[in-house]
Amino acid sequence: MLKLENLKKSFGGVAATRDVTLDFADGSLSAIIGPNGAGKTTLFNLITGRFPPDTGRILLADENIAGLSQRRIVRLGIGRAFQVASLFPTLTVAEALAAAAQAHQRRETLLRSPFPLPATLAQGDEIMELLGLTRVAGILSRNLSHGDQKLLDIGLALALEPKVLLLDEPTAGMGPEERWRMIETVQRLWRARRMTLIFIEHDMDIVFKVAQTVRVLSYGSVLAEGTPDEVRTNPKVIEAYLGKSAHGTSGQGAAA
Amino acid sequence: MTSRWRDLGLAGLGLVLLLLVPVFGAPPAIRDFIMFGMAYGLLAMSLNLLIGYTGLVSFGHAMFFAAGAYAFGLAMQSGKFSIPGAFVLAIGFTALMALIVGAICVRLNEIYFAFLTLAFQMLFYNIILGWVSFTGGDQGLMGGIPRPKFLGIDLADRTQLYVFCSVAFVVCIAILRQIVTSPFGYTLRMIRDNQERAAFLGINVIMVKLACFVMSACIAAVGGILLTLFVSGAYPNFGFWTTSGEAIFMILLGGSNVFLGPLVGTVILRLLNDITVTYTSHTELVLGIVILILVLGLRKGPLDLLAERWENRRQAKAQAVRDAADKDAQTGRDA
Repeated sequence: MLKLENLKKSFGGVAATRDVTLDFADGSLSAIIGPNGAGKTTLFNLITGRFPPDTGRILLADENIAGLSQRRIVRLGIGRAFQVASLFPTLTVAEALAAAAQAHQRRETLLRSPFPLPATLAQGDEIMELLGLTRVAGILSRNLSHGDQKLLDIGLALALEPKVLLLDEPTAGMGPEERWRMIETVQRLWRARRMTLIFIEHDMDIVFKVAQTVRVLSYGSVLAEGTPDEVRTNPKVIEAYLGKSAHGTSGQGAAA
Repeated sequence: MTSRWRDLGLAGLGLVLLLLVPVFGAPPAIRDFIMFGMAYGLLAMSLNLLIGYTGLVSFGHAMFFAAGAYAFGLAMQSGKFSIPGAFVLAIGFTALMALIVGAICVRLNEIYFAFLTLAFQMLFYNIILGWVSFTGGDQGLMGGIPRPKFLGIDLADRTQLYVFCSVAFVVCIAILRQIVTSPFGYTLRMIRDNQERAAFLGINVIMVKLACFVMSACIAAVGGILLTLFVSGAYPNFGFWTTSGEAIFMILLGGSNVFLGPLVGTVILRLLNDITVTYTSHTELVLGIVILILVLGLRKGPLDLLAERWENRRQAKAQAVRDAADKDAQTGRDA
């Protein structure tokens, strides 16, 4: 579904992405991990067209989208949620989702009135149902709890009915219990929508339990990729990322 | 999320109230007050489409007010146009001007946008002042604006002029209402709140801003036309930066988050002006103090304050719904 070929990107001589080649299968659920500064968010920025890669290709269903505008890429079916939820503070949850749906359906009309149109409202309701946001439908985005803000951010991306959904640390800033609830929701929507989902995550327990495949980035290049078990036992990963001290625990995990 | 029929009903009611004023034989001073209020009200209301709904703080909005006034006045003085013809021509001219100015300005954000609109306004103002043979320079359009009859309507008659202006005014307010309650109006709010995210939802931010800029300029042009009809002339100060500043004052005095806030602000500003001018020549001082109190004391327009109270109550209700749902879920898990 999504293929990255030899992607490179430098900022003022500092290479943020060096020669990344990755393949995300249609309908897969993949995690990207890596230490701070490994270039994970940069990779998302390249895929979504926030800035173009210096060289390399980004293939969405075999069509090269590298260098297209952010807006074109969104229209082609790549949605994204942000590490810090990016919302519309003065709109309620229901309004924000209906407004996002109307942007997707291109119904930002002037003559049909009033907002929201039934079709966009229905799409918004469905997303609220899926994410468990119906209970906060009337609350302004700025008054939501942190967890609900992260969910709404994902909801806005879902309104685009994306083929590929990129989630930048969906569990950032959450307590342990909240994290698991969030990741269950992510799994649920992945199953419900049958899309290609890629998420960045720091919590190793979550990554190894949820993801089908794991890609490890380090200093802008791919250090390892494979199933959770393969990555967990990969000596390079243990050394570079999990740390030598983690060897014991991960070994036990593999044995169990 | 509002009802269209209720809005139309309110617009009709507003028009009836405006039309009742001459029926009850109100003194000319009150009628004049209302006519000025309608012209400047359209200026402030249209500016708030940019400031309040889209987050575009324009310091140059009066240039479109003046563009409508001069284009209409010059078209009428040429003798080649009927009043409706000149009306349409003036709006068309302003739309074209807004399209060009907007295409350059809306690419910039915040302070840069504000200053570029201010610069264009000064340019326009200086063209009016400098092109004496065409615009009359600092004397304005002299010799009165001819008002030939059309469709049996004689705008030289004060009452008929009043009725004509009232209808044009209410139609413009209804158009603005339609814009802000339409799906497009919510696209404007998205851009105001977070334009990066809006772009990430596939919205063409620049085009939407430009469309909004042009529509807002057209409504301001109607305000300028009404003023030209009313004072039978057009003057350079229509397009001076202080007129733009006054429009921003009106929005501040009323409130930018309530649809009719700028209109209320217009009434307050003009009332303050008319009342203080009979007692003192230091009207600016009084205005300055009032605005200072609002800005430092309330930090928002009085109508904003009311709207906020109301919104807080709605939010408390919505949060009660959430808390009840969460409690149910909790007991469900425990059981």
